[in-house]
Amino acid sequence: MEYFVQQLINGLTLGSIYGLIAIGYTMVYGIIGMINFAHGDIFMIGSFIALAVFLILTTVLGFTFLPVVLLIVLIISMFFTAAWGWTVERLAYRPLRGSFRLAPLITAIGMSIVLQNFVQITQGARVKPLPPQIQGGVTLMEGSTEAGTIVVQMSYMQMIIILSTIVLMVGFTMLISRTPLGRAQRACEQDRKMAALLGINVDRTISLTFVMGAALASVAGLMFLLLYGVIDFYIGFLAGVKAFTAAVLGGIGSLPGAMLGGLLIGLIEVFWSGYFSVEYKDVAAFSILAIVLIFLPSGLLGQPEVEKV
Amino acid sequence: MSGAAELLLAVRGVETYYGNIVALRGVDMDVHRGEIVTLIGANGAGKSTLMMTICGDPRARKGRIVYDGMDITQMPTHEIVSHGIAQSPEGRRIFPRMTVMENLQMGAALVDPDHFDKDIEKVFKLFPRLKERIAQRGGTLSGGEQQMLAIARALMSRPKLLLLDEPSLGLAPLIVKQIFDAIRELNEKEGLTVFLVEQNAFHALKLAHRGYVMVNGVITMSGTGAELLKKEEVRAAYLEGGRH
Repeated sequence: MEYFVQQLINGLTLGSIYGLIAIGYTMVYGIIGMINFAHGDIFMIGSFIALAVFLILTTVLGFTFLPVVLLIVLIISMFFTAAWGWTVERLAYRPLRGSFRLAPLITAIGMSIVLQNFVQITQGARVKPLPPQIQGGVTLMEGSTEAGTIVVQMSYMQMIIILSTIVLMVGFTMLISRTPLGRAQRACEQDRKMAALLGINVDRTISLTFVMGAALASVAGLMFLLLYGVIDFYIGFLAGVKAFTAAVLGGIGSLPGAMLGGLLIGLIEVFWSGYFSVEYKDVAAFSILAIVLIFLPSGLLGQPEVEKV
Repeated sequence: MSGAAELLLAVRGVETYYGNIVALRGVDMDVHRGEIVTLIGANGAGKSTLMMTICGDPRARKGRIVYDGMDITQMPTHEIVSHGIAQSPEGRRIFPRMTVMENLQMGAALVDPDHFDKDIEKVFKLFPRLKERIAQRGGTLSGGEQQMLAIARALMSRPKLLLLDEPSLGLAPLIVKQIFDAIRELNEKEGLTVFLVEQNAFHALKLAHRGYVMVNGVITMSGTGAELLKKEEVRAAYLEGGRH
């Protein structure tokens, strides 16, 4: 029981990160119908920017008060990552709008390779470490088994990740469902031509969608950095494909679906590692992708009647 | 009504293509401020294409479109409509997964939010049915309700020029009458300028001050509504045997 609760907490933490990345996939798919395969690398760029800003602030400028440092890191890395997202859309996707459907998909993969190699060349191929910044946690329960006592702990880092994911997702859902910007995004998703006839600048709305997705991915990048303490140029690939799986599982195009899918993929991965084998955790996650695509192509919440973005 | 009235929309020698297929072959047409002008013609004559060309999508390959003294031929669609042109397009194009309210909010996207409450009361007075459906999704409305919503959404942008593409298509005669009465009321009470594309030539010519007849991408006849109704060619092609 204790072991189960501990895995549940770990799974929710990982799932939060996947969910935040998955939103970027699902929003872009909703509005222009393409899978932005460079999105995972935007997440990776986000974690690198976060690390660089963190090191500059703490070692060069000598800031020590951690909450303020993290807040500044978050804001700056969101800004620059969003700028990356905007640039990718402007350079690689907008010129191809209106061409055949496969074209932007190919440039997306190209963009992903470009971003990975850019970081590999400029930052080196080795992992970059960051010592744990937020330590400690709360003991939730204790139990004894034949092997000894088991302590269920929720670290402060896990709490921060889960809580800020909840806050971000609630805020984001409100943004999409209540504000004029969110309405314009949904309008572009449902009928781009009509949205233009009502005075919506469709190109700008699509750019903003990329910017928002990239900003959320950069939050996930910072969380990943703080949680695991090591990053390299390749983290975007695996995390990106898993978040994509999450978006498909939840129903691509559906915002609540992306959050749900993210949590489920995180839980599946962690429970699989906990009860079966760590080596096959990726196999488990991708088997889900194959099964969902075969038996439930529209995903869990992907029915046409569901609110999509 | 026309004559001395000020020119609001001037279409001059406009040619539009879909790829290599020509849809408009040099169209000339005027709409004056305060007028109801109708364009009638058979299926595929290019009526809807002209309406969309005015809004810049597709763009005219040749010719000029001048609206309110501005050359709008090369302007992007969202800028053209920001100068006070609203369209209720072919096929209505209601946002299916948005509520009636949200569809109307989209119509008012460019308008000062302070006007919203007053404007929405006005369109509800015109189409009371929409008020009953306010929280319903656009895609679940009946055809007539969708048509009303499309017109109401266009009105929410406070247009100077209202473009209506076949508002009577597929609707019961009673609803057609309601919609045409609403158009007349808007024109008479508020001086709204209306450009109306119709296959339902009889009703359209009775309502309009002036009309144009389009055949195969060119204007073949023009005149006041009453004049066109009397013309033998118009009666033969668009009225007798057609839908009244």
